[in-house]
Parts: sequence; structure tokens; C-alpha cells
Amino acid sequence: MSKNYKRPDSFYDVPTHYCAGCGHGILHRIVAECVDELGIGEKTIAIAPVGCAVVAYDYWRMDCAEAAHGRALAVATAIKRCQSDRIVFTYQGDGDLAAIGTAETIHAANRGENLTVIFVNNAVYGMTGGQMAPTTLLEQKTTTSPRGRNVKTEGFPLKISEMLSLLEGVYSVERVSVSSPKEIFNTKRAIKQAFLNQVEEKGFSLVEVLSMCPTYWGKTPLEAAQWIETTLSGYFKLGKLK
Amino acid sequence: MKKRILISGNEAMGEAAIQAGCRFYAGYPITPQNELIAYMAAELPLRGGIFIQSESELAAINMVYGASGAGVRAMTSSSSPGISLKQEGISYIAGAQLPAVIINVMRAGPGLGNIWPAQSDYFQATKGGGHGDYRQIVLAPWSVQECFDLTQDAFVLADRYRIAAMILADGMLGQMMEALEYEEASSFPGIVQKPWALTGAKDRKPNIIRSLFMRPPDVEKNNILLQKKYHKIQSQETRCESRYCEDAKLVVVAYGSMARIALSAVETLRAKKEKVGLFRPVTLWPFPKKELRLSCPKAKKFLVVEMSYGQMVEDVRLSLESFKEVVFYGRSGGGVPTEKQIEREVFKTLNIKL
Repeated sequence: MSKNYKRPDSFYDVPTHYCAGCGHGILHRIVAECVDELGIGEKTIAIAPVGCAVVAYDYWRMDCAEAAHGRALAVATAIKRCQSDRIVFTYQGDGDLAAIGTAETIHAANRGENLTVIFVNNAVYGMTGGQMAPTTLLEQKTTTSPRGRNVKTEGFPLKISEMLSLLEGVYSVERVSVSSPKEIFNTKRAIKQAFLNQVEEKGFSLVEVLSMCPTYWGKTPLEAAQWIETTLSGYFKLGKLK
Repeated sequence: MKKRILISGNEAMGEAAIQAGCRFYAGYPITPQNELIAYMAAELPLRGGIFIQSESELAAINMVYGASGAGVRAMTSSSSPGISLKQEGISYIAGAQLPAVIINVMRAGPGLGNIWPAQSDYFQATKGGGHGDYRQIVLAPWSVQECFDLTQDAFVLADRYRIAAMILADGMLGQMMEALEYEEASSFPGIVQKPWALTGAKDRKPNIIRSLFMRPPDVEKNNILLQKKYHKIQSQETRCESRYCEDAKLVVVAYGSMARIALSAVETLRAKKEKVGLFRPVTLWPFPKKELRLSCPKAKKFLVVEMSYGQMVEDVRLSLESFKEVVFYGRSGGGVPTEKQIEREVFKTLNIKL
């Protein structure tokens, strides 16, 4: 019998610190699988965000830099420009990419930097304890929107992927989810393609992943996955945006 | 072959960086350092480097963080308000022990202030403008020649200690043109191996550039490591210049372009037989404490002159430990103490009626 499903080489054999039902573990594995399958592990440099995934380097066997909150794409830009034959990707949350780092995101995209961006949208700030994110849905309760997000005072959830898809410098933008095995397979396809785009020097590729945060959504893991399908993906529509 | 050219301080710092092997520059326009960013835009891509006009100062310093993390000699430049924006990034550079060169062509503050020369960022530069217990090397040129020489040294020191090195210049130095002499070297100065750089984990364990250490006492360990490094720099890298200090009864202490004006005043006073000297710190951090005490054995009084309302004067007082009288004179906000004003302050301090 051959073993055809194993732990990726780029993925250390250690337990993660993530909560039960969190999407990060699935996504970390997908990234490691893609890196292995493309044979790029020895030339890949990851940029870890400020957020729950800041210690991603404890799980990925590859060179890695932390970046200050929001600055991942500035750091990635320089690393890639200095070593254009390496594969550089950022792994960023919604607060990092779409709030404090909005300027870095838009300008790296607009310059058409040949980078891969994995944008994890769970509609909440996880690491700091469940505050409102730029992508928090209307009426969604968080510690800083305790009566629910109010459009009059907090505005609409930010569709930054749609905004980025309008930029001429951007090569590819796709929104996927990790809410079910089917969606996980699709997410892997999209992320692998985003890495391949960089290998082929196509330019800026972003994959937005709708991901579960049961802890700060106040849901069980199963309810959280269902909430993506019934509610979150109703506002943030899945599919290829560019 | 020795070259002699006429050049502005801003451009001299750019040329020095390129000749020192700087191969990455990111910056955002701000007066009075715009000649520097323009020089890098014109020259760096033609000489094998990467130039990026970033979307902000925050992006610029974080690009330097990235380039330096990749093992490349990297620099950014700005002026006071822009340097304030870079402080977060400088703190991360310190925490992650990355080499970086940062140029501050100081202008008057606070706030938007104006574009005239000032020295009011001394505290920010020498005491740690960002969060956390960290230091950066601070070099203060007083001529276009030193803008060039110290920028080159900044790259060597930054690499040697894996630390940020700042050139603390001002609008006057950045804008003025002087003769610059340099030797065109065939290799870059002070090149070191960087086995810690992010180049892809081929045939080695992965490298990580980080300043986060979640498990106690790891961040304390990192801080102790940093402090050891800072102590070593304090014991080995102080630089200063003293003129007419051996027999001076009063020593004027000034740095940067202010020291140029102070020297003129000191020389005029010497011609009038007044025993006055000039002490000029070249490294503002580490501050040349011991040298200040040793090079002025006869001095009873010290007059600190700055284009600020009294910042370096605190380090002078700390260095002299209250054993000497320290007097301050300064102007800031575009006002530059003149030779005449310094002479007047010297007479006042010596209780000589004019």
C-alpha cells in the first residue's frame, strides 16, 4: 500500500495554537501543500502578519519575516525586488490588509508587484479578542460594536478585493472559503494558481479566503462553517473577481 | 583615483550610499531632503540598485526592513515629520536586529513647523523615538565632506552591529554645496557575511526575522542581547573632535552645522586672547562622555549651543555629572544662533562685560 496523504514537508509536525474550528490550520496546511507540490520550498519567503497567524513560522518550514501590523506588503515588495527569483507571499488578516495596511495593500497591488497574497477574512479581530474588523458584517456584534455594526457610524463592510480587482496593475483576485471540503479543495486550487502566477511572473495575485473564527463569532465550529455559507458569503460573494 | 567635485550635502549622502554598496532605497518626498531622493532615483537603478518611491514613510521604512532582511544594504531618508512616521519601523528594525541606514535632514518642528534647518530631533534620534528599550547609532556631520564620509561609515557600523544607524543632518547641510573629495574604491567598505538573511532555506534551517517572542522569558533574553550590543557600541564607537580645548577655561559644545558656526566664534575669541575651545560630538549616540571630560581638563564652564531649546545639553550635563557649570544657548524654528550671538553668550558666561 502506498501512502498518498501525508503531512507536507513544509509543515512542521507540531500542534498549532489555533482554537477549535479555526480556519488558519486548514489554510496553513494548504499553503504548505502548494509550496511542496510546486517544489518551491527552498526559495520561498513568507511574511507573517500581526494577528493570530503571527507565529506561522512555527508551522511552516521556510524562511519567514514578521512584519509590523499592516506593513506586510511593503516588506514583501522589498524582499521580492531584491531577489526576483525567490517566491514571496504574505499571509494577512482583514485588519492587517484592509484597515491599518490599506495603503500598503493598494499601492503594492497598483505597482503590480509580482507577489502572492493570502488574505484571511474572518470578519473579526481574533488575536486582540474579537473586535470589529473592516469586514465585520452589518449588525454583527463584536466587543467594539456591542450593539452590532451600524452603517451610520461604522460604515459598510469593506469589499477590498472588489476594489483591488479594478486596478490595472493587479493580475488576479479570487474569493474562496474553507467552510467545507468542497470549498477547501477549491481554495487549494486558487492558492496554488496564485503561487504559479508568481512563478510565471504574471504579477500581483490575491486570494481572499473566508475563514471561521468560532471563538469570536460565539459559535460552535460547525455553526461557524455554516455561517460562512449562509451569511458571510452572501455579502462577500465567492468567485473569481479578476 | 581621487576625485574632487562640488556637490550638495543631500546629493553627497546619496553618492556615499551608492559607493558604500547601498542597493536598495525607498523614500517619500519631503523638504529639505528632496535632492537626496531625486539623486537616488536618478543614480541607483543605473548602478545595480533598486529605487522605490513609496506610498508613505511607513512603507519606506518597512521596505528597508524587508530589503535589509534579504541581506541587502538598504537606506531611507526623510526630514523631521517623515522621520516621526518611521519610528514604528525603526523599533521593529531594532527588535529584529537588522542593519539599516536612515538619514534625517532635520527641519523645524513641532508639527509641520517649517522647512528651515533645526536640531530639535536630538531627543528622538538619541533616546529612542519609537517604543521599547532600543538604541540606534547617531552620526552628526558638520560638512558636505562628512555627509559623505559618515554615510559610508553608517553602512559599515550598521552591518557590523546589526543596528540602525542614523545620519542626523539638517536643512543647512543638506542644501549647501561644498567641495567633496573621495577616492573611488574598487570594493565596498566593511562587507560582512549575513547568514541570517532571508534568501530561501536551501541547504540550511529556515531563517526567521522577528521581534516577537511570546514565551517568557524570551523577549527578556532578546533585550539582554540588545543591551550587551549597545554597551559594546558605547565602549568602542564614540567619536568626537576637540579644538583649542587643552587650555580652554570655557568650552563651547555644539554638533553638526551649529558647530561650524561655533568654531568661527571660538576662533574670533581666540584672536582676542580668550581661552575658549570647541568640543564637537560626532556620534550623538553613543555620546562621547569620557572624551568630553578628558579633553577639557582646564574648563570650568561649558556653553552648549544648539538649534533647539536644549536637548543635547542634557547629555552634556549627565557627562559632567554636575561638577562643572553648564550653560545653554539655543534658537529653533528657523532661527540659527549666529557667530556674534555665540560670542556674546561666551562673554556673558565668563562674566565679562561687553
